[in-house]
Amino acid sequence: MKLLSLPVFIVASLIKIVLVIFVLLTAVAYTVWLERKVVGHMQNRWGPSRVGPFGLLQPLADGIKFLVKEDLTPPHVYRPLFIAAPMIAVICALTSISVIPFGTSITILGYAIPLQITDVNIGLLVILGVTSVGVYGVALAGWSSNSKYSLLGGLRAGAQMISYEICLGLSLVGVLIVSGSFSLREIVESQSGHFWGFIPKWNIFYGCQFIAFFIYLMAAYAETNRIPFDLPEAETELVAGYHTEYSAMKFAMFFMAEYANMITVACLATLLFLGGWSGPVFGPALLRALLPTFWFIAKIFVFLFIYIWVRGTLPRFRYDQLMAFGWKFLFPLAIANLVITALVVAYRS
Amino acid sequence: MLHLVLFLIFGLICVTGAINLLVQKHPISSALSLVVVMASLAVEYLLLGAEFVAAVQVIVYAGAVMVLFVFVIMLLNAGEEESTKGSRVALILGVPGVLAGGLLVAWVLINHSGGNSVSLGALPGYPKTIGMLLFHEFLLPFEVTSILVLIAIMGAVFLASRPDSPARPRKEN
Repeated sequence: MKLLSLPVFIVASLIKIVLVIFVLLTAVAYTVWLERKVVGHMQNRWGPSRVGPFGLLQPLADGIKFLVKEDLTPPHVYRPLFIAAPMIAVICALTSISVIPFGTSITILGYAIPLQITDVNIGLLVILGVTSVGVYGVALAGWSSNSKYSLLGGLRAGAQMISYEICLGLSLVGVLIVSGSFSLREIVESQSGHFWGFIPKWNIFYGCQFIAFFIYLMAAYAETNRIPFDLPEAETELVAGYHTEYSAMKFAMFFMAEYANMITVACLATLLFLGGWSGPVFGPALLRALLPTFWFIAKIFVFLFIYIWVRGTLPRFRYDQLMAFGWKFLFPLAIANLVITALVVAYRS
Repeated sequence: MLHLVLFLIFGLICVTGAINLLVQKHPISSALSLVVVMASLAVEYLLLGAEFVAAVQVIVYAGAVMVLFVFVIMLLNAGEEESTKGSRVALILGVPGVLAGGLLVAWVLINHSGGNSVSLGALPGYPKTIGMLLFHEFLLPFEVTSILVLIAIMGAVFLASRPDSPARPRKEN
């Protein structure tokens, strides 16, 4: 096996970037389709069914519609930020996928190519940093629109995302203590093997990490502004919240950012708690190379399905309930989990 | 070579952001320029090899502190500031002062660089090293700082509480 020389490295990286962005955007479009279809069936209707078989071409039609619609800019908005806000949102959402590993590595033409755009040893912190900057997109959209509904939506989103980011970060510290690394690849590799021969050695089964997983799940719903915590865009009170004044492709950018964030959150949950790409691997060489990535995608799909399931089931919280839940319940729980995990790890070592 | 070019580019962005912060009239624009300064500083840390510090810089300063700044400006709905023509004292004392400071820094850099300067990629700030330093060698300063922050939080709660709330001791009259 040869080491990558610089030209090969650049070509391989470019191919990976194009491929990952393409897959991510397609996944975003079809997550929307999946959501409409699943929620439709939960509410005893069909969901999209006209464009293509099972409505499968609906995302494509929606995409074309967004592109050719008239792009309205209302008067009295603060133009530079009004235009920049959706860009900030979508750029941050797409950037965070660059450090996520999708599988071990594949060998092409004698080169071992890791299935990841870039492997940095602070991968987890990069994702947290990029998503924390993503708040600006939402907050600035709300402010620059110069409308009451948008401003209230932006303020709600800002407060909510800052509050739940703390719980999100604290729930991940337990996993970091157990695996002892910030590198997402090393965290996954520390989860290979089994407890007592049959339970997979995923972090969710390690000690009381299922509590951390619960905290992560709640905080992730709030971070991505999804039901039951979708207060920033609560249509009964705020029309559409921070993106009320946006139309056409600018609105579509917020939409893409939301679903791309959902997928990132699902990837992170899979990598940190559900063992990443670990799973039974068997069969011929080609199958052996593809199965880890298949397990990874399957776990993400399950996570996304739970997202949609919750959306079809739960009503929306009130805003004070949301804040009280985050600060008075999740936060102490996260700290207790952190202390207990640290004590357990210190006792065992 | 690439390191040096990137270092210069982001240094330039950092200084431009800092100047823009002063020039802009709207508070939100100033706050966003400060975000640019923080982010380009993070890139400089990254170029020096301090990955962890760079990530923390982005998460804490660009991601949390500045979001709160922007949040407060949004809540207060602060408008554009009027530019005063500038005071004469600032002109007479400020411009020579800045020039003198700049010359001093340049003189120090030219004469004393070498032995003590940090070369690019020379600070491998691994999280483990930083953790050992913070929680072992510098534990006392760290804890004292945390108590300082706690006092600041208590002060903020006291100032923000309503006059009749239990957080504020009732005055006897």
